[in-house]
Amino acid sequence: MAERRLERPLGGAVGLLAFGAAAAVAPWFVEGSTLQLAVEVCVMIAMAQAWNLLAGYTGFVSVGQQAFIGLGAYALFAVAVHGGIDPFLAVPLGGLVAAGIGVLAAPALFRLRGPHFAIGTWVLAELFRIAFTHSAWFGGASGLTLARVLRGVSPETRVQLTYWLALALALGTTLALYALLRSPWGLALRTVRDNEASAQSVGVDVARVKRRVFVAAAFITGCAGAVSYLQTMFVTTSAAFTVEWSALIIFVVIIGGLGTLEGPILGTLVYFALRELLADYGTWYVIALGAFAIAVMMIAPEGLWGRLARATGWRLFPTTLRLRR
Amino acid sequence: MNAVADTLVQGLLLGGHFALSGLGLALAFGIMRIVNIAHGDLLVVAAYLGVALVRLTPLSPLAAVLVIVPAMAALGWLLQRTLFNRLVGQGDLAPMLVTFGLSIIVHNALQELFSADFQTLDAGAARTASVEVARMHLGLLPLATLALAALVYAGVHALMRHTRFGRIVRATVDDPEVAALMGIDARRVYAAGMALALGIAGLAGWLYGIKSSFNPLTGGNELLFAFEAVIIGGLGSIWGSFAGGLVLGIAHVAGTQVDAGWGAFAGHVAFFGFLFLRPGGLLARGGSGHG
Repeated sequence: MAERRLERPLGGAVGLLAFGAAAAVAPWFVEGSTLQLAVEVCVMIAMAQAWNLLAGYTGFVSVGQQAFIGLGAYALFAVAVHGGIDPFLAVPLGGLVAAGIGVLAAPALFRLRGPHFAIGTWVLAELFRIAFTHSAWFGGASGLTLARVLRGVSPETRVQLTYWLALALALGTTLALYALLRSPWGLALRTVRDNEASAQSVGVDVARVKRRVFVAAAFITGCAGAVSYLQTMFVTTSAAFTVEWSALIIFVVIIGGLGTLEGPILGTLVYFALRELLADYGTWYVIALGAFAIAVMMIAPEGLWGRLARATGWRLFPTTLRLRR
Repeated sequence: MNAVADTLVQGLLLGGHFALSGLGLALAFGIMRIVNIAHGDLLVVAAYLGVALVRLTPLSPLAAVLVIVPAMAALGWLLQRTLFNRLVGQGDLAPMLVTFGLSIIVHNALQELFSADFQTLDAGAARTASVEVARMHLGLLPLATLALAALVYAGVHALMRHTRFGRIVRATVDDPEVAALMGIDARRVYAAGMALALGIAGLAGWLYGIKSSFNPLTGGNELLFAFEAVIIGGLGSIWGSFAGGLVLGIAHVAGTQVDAGWGAFAGHVAFFGFLFLRPGGLLARGGSGHG
């Protein structure tokens, strides 16, 4: 007798938690520069998961994720510099500010269908870039620094705290999305992805699902932006609000595999491996990355993880129904 | 009162540029359903092509247009044939992401070839010459841009309405399968459509290069302005993009009156204002949303 059911959920989740426990004690064994690289990796995994949630499950591509990265970072810097709030505690605030702007912008942006939505999100990011560049409170074109706020914190402590925050963000995002996608809500989400009209006909409020996903992605991306610039201790509008953030995120997800939880993680690891190996080649390295992404889009749109999963049947985070005997 | 009139007139003149650069984007979407994220970068490519021509050949910056437009049209044909045609029918996502990748490649290739320094296509007096009408100084270059934009729009309109080519394009857009039954090769139509779109982008990019200083990264802003012109105008008709460009120009000039840095900001605010208040665009007849 055939039965349609979700596979046992625990393999990937337990593995992830075990990995997380091992990674959490890393600060006592590895040096600071490695931890800093790990922060970048974790931040990118969170950003990529958020973008993948939006694009992979609702079909809405954003090239304006830098809006939320910048908002998250600037929210953290502003309350730390002007409000005297501990920046390490202010990370969720960065996410909330980004999500709040997401709520406000969603009604306008979702009037744009499909590909036009993408450029609309970019306009949103530009709006904030220009406004913050001209605002003295946000430090204008020269930006804000945490150097004075963090004067009393030793560099070792600072790097460790940032690392734990980044690790918690990457693991938390992945596990939360895993739980979400296995829930009835996740089923609604996949129905929207596969066929909007039929989702609507079985009672899924498609517009609301999309808006919620957009805001959730904004929250995660805002937190990630806050952690990312907490690490560098210095933020400018030209760095935080650049479209290159979105380019990077999209590269990672496309290479790894759109619409899977494993893809963004694999894509992130591939990207950082390429960067560590090839970054000395400057512009040619970036040209090669762009060409690589285009080639993957044309030849293997399911991405590296999609290829791997099809060839081997591996699934770390099963979120789709499978016919079993 | 005079200041208001001046803002309006200068805005309309600036709007000619946005209208012209929006047309290529609107055509690519209207015919091939491609939202070309590299559109602004291709405008910049056209401007750099002008720089290269002036450096390497006896052509003057003004005469360079005679090479730029056909070269950009050929590039459009080539891109469609080799790249975009492979993605037809695969949904919206793939073509958009491929053009995004292309945009990244263009940034870095231009940086490698020309450095990141700002440049301009130095057309000397033609850039700054102006005439005085009703006590307002009207730049000759913006006037010529607006006039050229109106001519190109009228030309594309006539091409689509009254020629065999236009009928073939419209038939392909309406129903590629039925068009195929009539012996139309959609891929050739798309290649011609992209050649037309990028030919016009070549013209816009040449004028942009004379008007503004540019570097490999300024294409992003040009994409956003072109896009805003198209969306403000509404996707239904190409004249919508023309009107959208003019509205955007007025918003930019009005913003610049507040502070030199606020022109683009005012344009972005106008864009969001239109999305909230009139999502179907300027020329919408009651309907809402975009298709």
